[in-house]
Formats: sequence, structure tokens, C-alpha cells
Amino acid sequence: MAIEVRIPTILRTYTGGAKVVEGAGSTLGELIKNLDAAHAGIGDRLLDGEKLRRFVNVYKNDEDVRFLGGLETPVADGDTVTVLPAVAGGN
Amino acid sequence: MLRISLDLHDKIIAHARQDHPDEACGVIAGPLGSDRPQRFIPMENAARSPTFYEFDSKEQLRVWREMDDRDEEPVVIYHSHTMTEAYPSRTDISYANEPGAHYVLVSTREPDTTEFRSYRIEDGEVTEEAVEVA
Repeated sequence: MAIEVRIPTILRTYTGGAKVVEGAGSTLGELIKNLDAAHAGIGDRLLDGEKLRRFVNVYKNDEDVRFLGGLETPVADGDTVTVLPAVAGGN
Repeated sequence: MLRISLDLHDKIIAHARQDHPDEACGVIAGPLGSDRPQRFIPMENAARSPTFYEFDSKEQLRVWREMDDRDEEPVVIYHSHTMTEAYPSRTDISYANEPGAHYVLVSTREPDTTEFRSYRIEDGEVTEEAVEVA
């Protein structure tokens, strides 16, 4: 078993169109590093230096990782990680 | 071009008026690939601000999953400007991440009339489109 990662439409150019990919790692940070190794460039769309980008939402199962520990959030086989670009704007 | 029913058009305006002077925001879902907005989903503006809007992240996950389960997509993403015209701001453009969606903007700055306009926003480029209300 692996970690299931759900990819939003806007990032599917990095996954060859795949809506769901598999990943591995013991923390979210590791998972993203491994994802980037398999799908070059995706890491940069999720991270701003050493932090998650402000307007990208990442969820472990049903929880926003911002409330779980950010990139330090532990992940394990069987978890689902969902990436959704935040919908935001302003005048 | 955006084709939208009068009922949905009026619901967007009613939501924007109700939340004024804060920005209102939401989605209209439709069947995948249909380009037909059908299911009205007003969203909470987590920023509760007259100059900014942001979907609540938990609510967004729930709504996006529900759309996925129903084979729908966000056909329209709408929000209001309460002090400026109904044109995408620089912030709106930089956070626009749904190239397939019609970005509807309404302006509630005038008390008696509500501007209602629609745009495509792709790779930082804004294209206004006609709106047909029927």
C-alpha cells in the first residue's frame, strides 16, 4: 500500500494527466520531495522555499495540514493526501 | 460566452447584496464538460473582508469532493467587489487556478445597480466574455 495523492486539474500537467498518483514518505515534506522526484516541477508548485505555499491547500484525509503540523505532518500508507488550490482573490 | 439562467444570475446578486460590504463568493457546479452552470453553492468568505475573499479550506474540500462524486466541476466561480468595478484585480488573477471556469464578478458599489461580468483567466491572462442570461 502507498499514500494516495489527489492532484487538482491545474497540476495534472506534471502527472501526465493523472488525477491520482501514489507517493511515499513518513512526513508530508518527504512525500512532496518524493513526488517531485517522480513528477519534476510539482514540488515548486506546492512549496515556497521550506514552507507550503500560502494559497495551496493540502489535506491529510479530511484535515487541512496547516492545523496538523504543516510539512512535519506524519503520513503513512493508507492515507489520502489531497491538494486543492485555494480559491481566493481581492480588489 | 457564459450562458446562465436568470434564477442563478439573480442568486449570485442576492448573495453579493446580502454580504455587502464584505465580499461574497461561491461556485456554480455543472456536469463535467457541459459548460452549464446548474447547482448553486454559496461559500463562506473565510476572510470576511470588504477587500479580500478566500474559501474556507474545509468547506472547499467538502464541496470539491461532492462535485467529484457527482461528476461535476466548478463551471462558475463568482465573487463580489464591493467598492470597485467588476473586473479581476491583480490578486484575483494571480490566484485564479481553474482555467476551465467562468470567473464571474459582480460589483455592489452602486446601491441600485449590480454590475455582472464574466471572464476567463488562464496563465495570468484575462479575457472578458459575453454573458447570456436565459
